[in-house]
Amino acid sequence: MSQKVHPYIPNMVPEVQAEMLKVIGAESIMELYSCIPEELQFKEEMKLPPSLTEYELRRHIEGLLNKNTSTKENLNFLGAGCWQHFIPAVCDEINQRSEFLTAYAGEPYEDHGRFQALFEYQSLVAELVDMDVVNVPTFDWGQAAATAVRMAARITGRNRVLLAKSVAPERSKIMINYGTPDLQFEFVQFDTQSGAMDLADLKAKLTDDVAAVYFENPSYLGFIEAQGPEISKLLKGNDSLMVVGVDPISLGVLAPPSHYGADIVCGDLQPLGMHMNFSGGQAGFIATRDEVKFVQEYPSRLFGIVPTVKEGEYGFGDVAYERTSFALREKGKESVGTQTALWGITAGVYLALLGPEGMQEVGQTIMQNSQYAVQQLNQLTGVTGSRLESPFFKEFIVDFNQTRLSVEQINQRLIEKKIFGGKDLSQEFPEFGQSALFCVTEVHTKEDIDHLVQSIKEILTK
Amino acid sequence: MQRIKRTSKTRDFHQAKWNEPIIFELHQPGEKGVELPPVNNDVALAVGDGTSVIPEAMQRRNKPNLPEIGQARVLRHYLRLSQETLGSDFNVEIGQGTCTMKYIPKINELLVRDPKMMELHPLQDEGTVQGMLEIFHNLDLCMREISGMDYFSFQPSSGTQALFAMASIVRKYHESRGEGEKRDEIITTIFSHPSQAATAAVKGYKIITLHPDENGFPDIEKLKAAVSERTAGFVVANPEDTGIFNPRIKEFTDIIHQAGGLCFYDQANANGLLGMTRAKEAGFDMCFFNLHKTFAAPHMCGGPATGALGVIAGLKEFLPAPIVEHHDGRYSLQYDLEHSIGKVRSFHGVAQTVLRAYAWIRALGADGLKEVAKIAVLNNNYMYHKVLAIRGASAPYVLGHRLEQVRYSWEQMTLETGVTTEDVTLRMTDFGLHYWTSHHPYIVKQPFTLEPTESYSKEDLDEYIHALEQISQEAYENPEIVKTAPHTSTIHKMDEQDFLENPEKWCISWRSYLKKTQACETVK
Repeated sequence: MSQKVHPYIPNMVPEVQAEMLKVIGAESIMELYSCIPEELQFKEEMKLPPSLTEYELRRHIEGLLNKNTSTKENLNFLGAGCWQHFIPAVCDEINQRSEFLTAYAGEPYEDHGRFQALFEYQSLVAELVDMDVVNVPTFDWGQAAATAVRMAARITGRNRVLLAKSVAPERSKIMINYGTPDLQFEFVQFDTQSGAMDLADLKAKLTDDVAAVYFENPSYLGFIEAQGPEISKLLKGNDSLMVVGVDPISLGVLAPPSHYGADIVCGDLQPLGMHMNFSGGQAGFIATRDEVKFVQEYPSRLFGIVPTVKEGEYGFGDVAYERTSFALREKGKESVGTQTALWGITAGVYLALLGPEGMQEVGQTIMQNSQYAVQQLNQLTGVTGSRLESPFFKEFIVDFNQTRLSVEQINQRLIEKKIFGGKDLSQEFPEFGQSALFCVTEVHTKEDIDHLVQSIKEILTK
Repeated sequence: MQRIKRTSKTRDFHQAKWNEPIIFELHQPGEKGVELPPVNNDVALAVGDGTSVIPEAMQRRNKPNLPEIGQARVLRHYLRLSQETLGSDFNVEIGQGTCTMKYIPKINELLVRDPKMMELHPLQDEGTVQGMLEIFHNLDLCMREISGMDYFSFQPSSGTQALFAMASIVRKYHESRGEGEKRDEIITTIFSHPSQAATAAVKGYKIITLHPDENGFPDIEKLKAAVSERTAGFVVANPEDTGIFNPRIKEFTDIIHQAGGLCFYDQANANGLLGMTRAKEAGFDMCFFNLHKTFAAPHMCGGPATGALGVIAGLKEFLPAPIVEHHDGRYSLQYDLEHSIGKVRSFHGVAQTVLRAYAWIRALGADGLKEVAKIAVLNNNYMYHKVLAIRGASAPYVLGHRLEQVRYSWEQMTLETGVTTEDVTLRMTDFGLHYWTSHHPYIVKQPFTLEPTESYSKEDLDEYIHALEQISQEAYENPEIVKTAPHTSTIHKMDEQDFLENPEKWCISWRSYLKKTQACETVK
């Protein structure tokens, strides 16, 4: 009994154990495991590294983390689904609170604050997208889009989904795996000069079994798709639904998809106050009109406001709970469980801090900075700042085809200069050859952008 | 002075009540919550306003109708809401059975806030994130030891998503052998999490659900009757929500394998099993662990989280890409997996949770993990004996010991007093304690599910037990006090009527509430 009591395990104290075993009527703890048959008992020692005290653990983990170099020590122009934005300190203060950090499945009474914060998150995003219903967030944009098209399939009773070819390949992989085998997916081509959806191809593929068309705006490739109203008109004529993915930080300046006919809107909350966390900051949202046919098809929890028996008190609860897999197992709508609630609360804090002016301002600053970057990149010989002709939001394709260097070579040289260049698109979109998707936001100063351009210039002229 | 008497066995508790308005009601035109980085004058001169290039149809005409609120007021609002939330840091959270609510070490929270974790972009060059990849790989190695599986993916971001990924692998596996169409059934059990059945159904499978035999074990005769050439897979937890370990599990997996199916193990909660028994020896082809349960990552109001997915070597090529590999001292991301299901979540999953779980394992070591399991089981069996002694409480099925949790029943108390398990839920909040019933359907009548984990002391357990004892006593002597609870919570009993079910009345956002209540006022 010389074993040390671990700080996380109070009942390792031998006297306490003896007392508890006496209550149970057992001789030893191992007696409690008698239900596990001999042949299933693991008799070996797990080969794990030795335990560390708190101080040793800190040294060990910090030692590992110090092998990383982050976007804090390097100038970062990577986006492509995870983006570097300004994060107000209050966002971190709130999502690091013990109460929110460690709460889980409490009732609407002892967790009144959690329910209210998530109801408010729903309400704030509802204003941003100008729709009446928003869900408690799901895993990420990919999952939100995957569920949105499944909702569309159930609503229309159809099983074919058309995806814009410009959709992020990572997201379309998530959507296709999530939809298969119930749904069939097909891509709609885009114009490689503008990025815009090829409407002739859309018309050709828009048969009467099409449940939905999904496109993104701003698109994965950065450009703004201006044909929303035309696409919507085509879909309405075919009784198909329009599902649009958005970057919510663009919605202070860009029209929300509901204004050009979207039936279901989805996207990622990460830009609204979440650190990138090597992709741990992603969180998906879905929004619709307040119509029964939409609400009843959400798999997610939807928090609603209700009165209490005391005048003047707000209460909250689950709307239409019976549709969920919690209530109906495999007969519920898809599935529900732990997703990304804390990021929903954080996105709410972000929107409350920025307000209407802030959302407009951040969108405008992003556009000015990114346009400035393209303007400066265009001055480099052999570089086209924006491969596509359409206006863009915060991302754009930089074309290096005329430089005789590959994106990989350029990016390696940029790393030496402590710059993370844009995402190499040569695998995902070979039609653009040696091109990279760069991301410029409100966090980039003029000096940052000038430094990038100067660095690329040096690489190209050496 | 006289000694102050503190004799009550239950806590004299009152939860914070701030009666905060909805955030939109704090709107004060002109106030501002934060200043943004400004645009540089030269940039503005060079490019103009930046927004006039937006095509007409894509310009936002009206600003979003968000509130304008000063920073301190926003902070105060959310701090007050946080105080009205009973996180597990505050609460002896034994009552959320199946979810393994354990101590969340503060050192881990400090570590995940390191900028070399928080400020990493997932597409950074591998050479710049060697430390992060090493953490992923180290956790993979630990998980292999704990489970006996050969490779892990940390991409699935919850138990439900891990279950979905496993169902996806089952489908892809059979497709790769030309049996995708033929094998269209997945077998599960009623005491397993609803997501097992739900995610397999999303993947197009017909679900066969086994009910327990009279002792609470999954019925092996029913399994034999259910398997056929249509069997694609079998998914189960062991122990199930009852805390009863199925000792014949290897026979179950053998039956499935003989029929050509795959076996996948829901180890969302493996708290009583660490170092004691493993997925591999029980014959499973895949398993997953919820890092936010057994491995002490916080639940975060319901995510982000991780369902660590492990597979045997023969299924490695089916994992979602990328996985982390280690060769010649260098860590890399392997995207090239021949039969990969593709992706279930963007990039690499929730890296913070991976770091937390790794840190937790390192704080305990192999012996410590076994102690976790042993004390979790000790605590549970202690509670089991104490709870069974409470008037009106029982635990259906097999006698003898349980592992890490028990599904109890108040059936007798409800019959004798009319007080239901839902009433108990609300009364428990008056003592600052959380209490949960069960997943649906309620196979055990008037259910509640307690899982005391290793984190709680005997004194903590006794506090929870005393609260249950008091409520039982109230139910028999003064049931009104239970039925009208809560009395000391943030809010009073909700007047739900049909506000959550009637489409005319439900309000899923503040704007919807304003519209629907306005319409109601107009009618009046």
